[in-house]
Amino acid sequence: MTLLAPARTGPDVRSLQLAAMRSGELGSVHSWELVTAVDGPGTRLTVFLAGCPLRCLYCHNPDMLALEDGEPVTAEEILARVRRYLPVFRATGGGLTLSGGEVLMQPAFAARVLHGAKELGVHTTLDTSGYLGANLTDRMLADTDLILLDVKSGDPDTYRRVTGGELEPTLTFGRRLARVGLPDAGGYAPEVWVRFVLVPGLTDDAKNVERVAAYVDELNGIRPGTVTRVEVLPFHQMGRYKWAALGRTYALETTQPPSVELTERVRDQFRAHGLRTY
Amino acid sequence: MSIVHEVPATPASASEPYGSAWSGFSGGPWQDHVDVRDFIQRNYTPYEGDATFLAGPTTRTTHVWDTVSAMFPAERARGVYDVDPHTPAGITAHAPGYIDRDAELIFGLQTDAPLKRAIMPNGGWRLVETSLATYGYGVDESVKETFTKYRKTHNEGVFDAYSPDVRAARRSHIVTGLPDAYGRGRIIGDYRRVALYGVDALIDAKRADKLSLDAQPFSEKVVREREEHAEQLRALGELKQMAASYGYDISRPATTARSAVQWLYFAYLGAVKEQNGAAMSLGRTSTFLDVYFQRDLSAGLITEEEAQELIDDFVIKLRIVRFLRTPEYDTLFSGDPTWVTETVGGMGDDERTLVTKTSFRYLQTLYNLGPAPEPNLTVFWSQDLPRGFKDFCAQVSIDTSALQYESDRQIRAAWGDDAAIACCVSPMAVGKQMQFFGARVNLAKALLYAINGGRDEVSGAQVMPAFPPVAAGRPLEYDDIRRRLDTTMDWLAATYVEALNVIHYMHDKYAYERLEMALHDRDVLRTMACGIAGLAVTADSLSAVKYARVMPLFDDRGVVVDYDVSGSFPVYGNDDDRADAIAVELVESFMDKIRRHPTYRDAVPTQSVLTITSNVVYGKATGNTPDGRRAGEPFSPGANPMNGRDTHGMLASALSVAKLPYREAQDGISLTSTVVPSGLGRTREEQVANLAGLLDASVGLDGYHMNVNVLNRATLEDAMEHPEDYPQLTIRVSGYAVNFVRLTREQQLDVLSRTFHGAL
Repeated sequence: MTLLAPARTGPDVRSLQLAAMRSGELGSVHSWELVTAVDGPGTRLTVFLAGCPLRCLYCHNPDMLALEDGEPVTAEEILARVRRYLPVFRATGGGLTLSGGEVLMQPAFAARVLHGAKELGVHTTLDTSGYLGANLTDRMLADTDLILLDVKSGDPDTYRRVTGGELEPTLTFGRRLARVGLPDAGGYAPEVWVRFVLVPGLTDDAKNVERVAAYVDELNGIRPGTVTRVEVLPFHQMGRYKWAALGRTYALETTQPPSVELTERVRDQFRAHGLRTY
Repeated sequence: MSIVHEVPATPASASEPYGSAWSGFSGGPWQDHVDVRDFIQRNYTPYEGDATFLAGPTTRTTHVWDTVSAMFPAERARGVYDVDPHTPAGITAHAPGYIDRDAELIFGLQTDAPLKRAIMPNGGWRLVETSLATYGYGVDESVKETFTKYRKTHNEGVFDAYSPDVRAARRSHIVTGLPDAYGRGRIIGDYRRVALYGVDALIDAKRADKLSLDAQPFSEKVVREREEHAEQLRALGELKQMAASYGYDISRPATTARSAVQWLYFAYLGAVKEQNGAAMSLGRTSTFLDVYFQRDLSAGLITEEEAQELIDDFVIKLRIVRFLRTPEYDTLFSGDPTWVTETVGGMGDDERTLVTKTSFRYLQTLYNLGPAPEPNLTVFWSQDLPRGFKDFCAQVSIDTSALQYESDRQIRAAWGDDAAIACCVSPMAVGKQMQFFGARVNLAKALLYAINGGRDEVSGAQVMPAFPPVAAGRPLEYDDIRRRLDTTMDWLAATYVEALNVIHYMHDKYAYERLEMALHDRDVLRTMACGIAGLAVTADSLSAVKYARVMPLFDDRGVVVDYDVSGSFPVYGNDDDRADAIAVELVESFMDKIRRHPTYRDAVPTQSVLTITSNVVYGKATGNTPDGRRAGEPFSPGANPMNGRDTHGMLASALSVAKLPYREAQDGISLTSTVVPSGLGRTREEQVANLAGLLDASVGLDGYHMNVNVLNRATLEDAMEHPEDYPQLTIRVSGYAVNFVRLTREQQLDVLSRTFHGAL
């Protein structure tokens, strides 16, 4: 992605940039990647937007927590890349995924990109914690095919400990995703994959897991088939070096990834609810 | 010429079940002159189904494979299993050999015992002597006398004629790996012709060709071709003799699937008995043979299990082709490769797929016999391939990492729908085209010469004509450096083509491929395949000069030996045009320079961007580069981005490589990608579909080649520690496959340092 040469910007340029960010023409983008089999079906262009309101203990992208951690990139630049990869998306059944950071820190930008992609006929995915779900307009929802909803914990206290934030907004957001697909609602029915990061000693309590599973049941109770897949993501230490490089204290310095047995136990908990779980 | 094929008077028998060899085949021009493609097109049965029809190994197959596999550990430990130091190789030089005569279905070995290697002194005596010494064999004095006193070799001829420039370039490793002491290879005889026509008809055709040459007035060209045709005829006679020593008369066409496989194999065997070519590729045989299998299956002569057994036994033979080589050769091309490359799949010009059930049967050998690097199974991939075949290929890749893929569309557009790969990525129309293999030059070193006024950054020697080096105390300036590089590339192209002209002149003279060329048309298209190594490191270095600030650091010899780089710069391999365009321009520019020089036998110059495993050796001989690579560190293999710098995913990396224009690199562009299994999907079905999708996407956006490894790093690390547990672990390396445990430790580490794509 070409950069907008921030080093040479004067005050006028900077205020223009701010205006462009407000209108969604410009976003703060950390990086992009063409990935397969994660972040949605097929091979996808995943764009990582900078900035996140949560401070998850296990964050593996601590280098994109602030808006300033990204480079200014126009929506048009992203859409140009989407156009280039149309044959890729066609061949692989893939599409565009917006991830982060937290996408909904930059809702106007996300809206513009999602809408542009939809106009190109591309499958769109939003990877979000749901914490800022209120920022997602119905119009954006209409432009989104799949939501990867990170339910980081089923228990509010655990959620607070893990993320520094509240669980409730996520739960509310999920319910809205289910309801919007009802026959008398928005006329579009986004698919949801629920993701749960499994951290030994932090989120692995059976009761905590059970509450997440019950929540998924609740969503499918509102609109059957809302959540089509649950992904249990085993905690890994691939992000540790980033914390060190940033000179930040990393609370999970010595935490081990979950054992295969533990991971399977948690997956089985979801499977017991009849959920397709990986 | 006309091939009259008489109906034999004898009644149908096991060896002549149809009365006539060609009964049941659709006739056409192929009956009047040698035209295997026409035969295939009129007779083959495309297969659009899936893999469920395939048969597993029989106990006989497993027994034969186990018998020969039991010899591999000893071979791996010593480097060779056995050598015959007394008998210079030839089509009829050795008595028949067997693995287990009673159990084998397809017969023939290179020497009189499995894994026993022959000496092939026509290429060069020194190589033979060094190889024998390496493995503890004495020299046979009478053979030595013959090849040092009475019979000149290719190697001697080359060094008689090399110019001082070529010698200097060779010594400083800016030109490396030249086939001046070993066989050039990369010639594919159309071995199918022997099965379809029988040797006698081929002899008649070649005689007619020779007569047409006899009628032409004298020129050096005409005399050379007459002599070559005489040699070809002699080789065909010897081929019949060799087959007869195994009890087969191959003067007439094959009559059954089993005899078609046997005839074809004898033809290939004759070639590998005589020539120690760098790559001894098989061609494109599966769909041809399928015609015979279909006929026998329809007539109820064989079952699917028996059909698979024949292919399995054939493939066992292909897996044990061996050549005697030196340790120096192995550092260039590690893992003892022979490049028995077989091209499978693809589409025909009439839009029917060329996939047949026998295409599946070839791939099935990787299950029935376990994974192996040879034969080098190469799939011509097209988005139009049948779904069942795509899925099976993807599944085989995921299970074995033993397949490579090339763009059917690009190859068919350039060379037609009966083309095959020689070696890794070099396409040619089978029986109609051959290449003068040219190894490769070190482009990164050329850049360092440009900076240093033609002096070598390691030795300090003035290798090319002197010009002023860059100024001290000032950052390198892009336009200046690019201009300088242009000068060194001019010199390099001239020196390189000169070397290749000498080499191929002498190879034709002293180590002519008699049998392989006997299985070609009279008028052959020759290409001269020039290659470049270090494309990514050169492109990244130029990008550093262009986008960052690069200060040259001189040593006390006045040679720039290091660089102080400040600022960031885009790198090749991330689908970023700023860096990728530099790589594209380098490829175009060098090809343009190559084209300016006259070539031996008016060969059409082509270019390859491939290194096999020589990226390690090239890197070792090259100093610090402006991209931050340290002296001695490996280059990336082939056209790959530098290891670890392609950070935007496997496909983004492939799409950068896909920008290199095939029309400027018609000898092929090699890309090796490694992905962890979980990077392809959560379930096996997902993984298969996603890999097939990735290949569709890559060829759809002009990708030429993809070597696919589906591997976990941990597997490789464990194999380094416990090689005995992984005798068949196969990985793809720049255009071919190797047994991982046969690589040197250095090369194993290089493989581990390559980019593994995918999420964990």
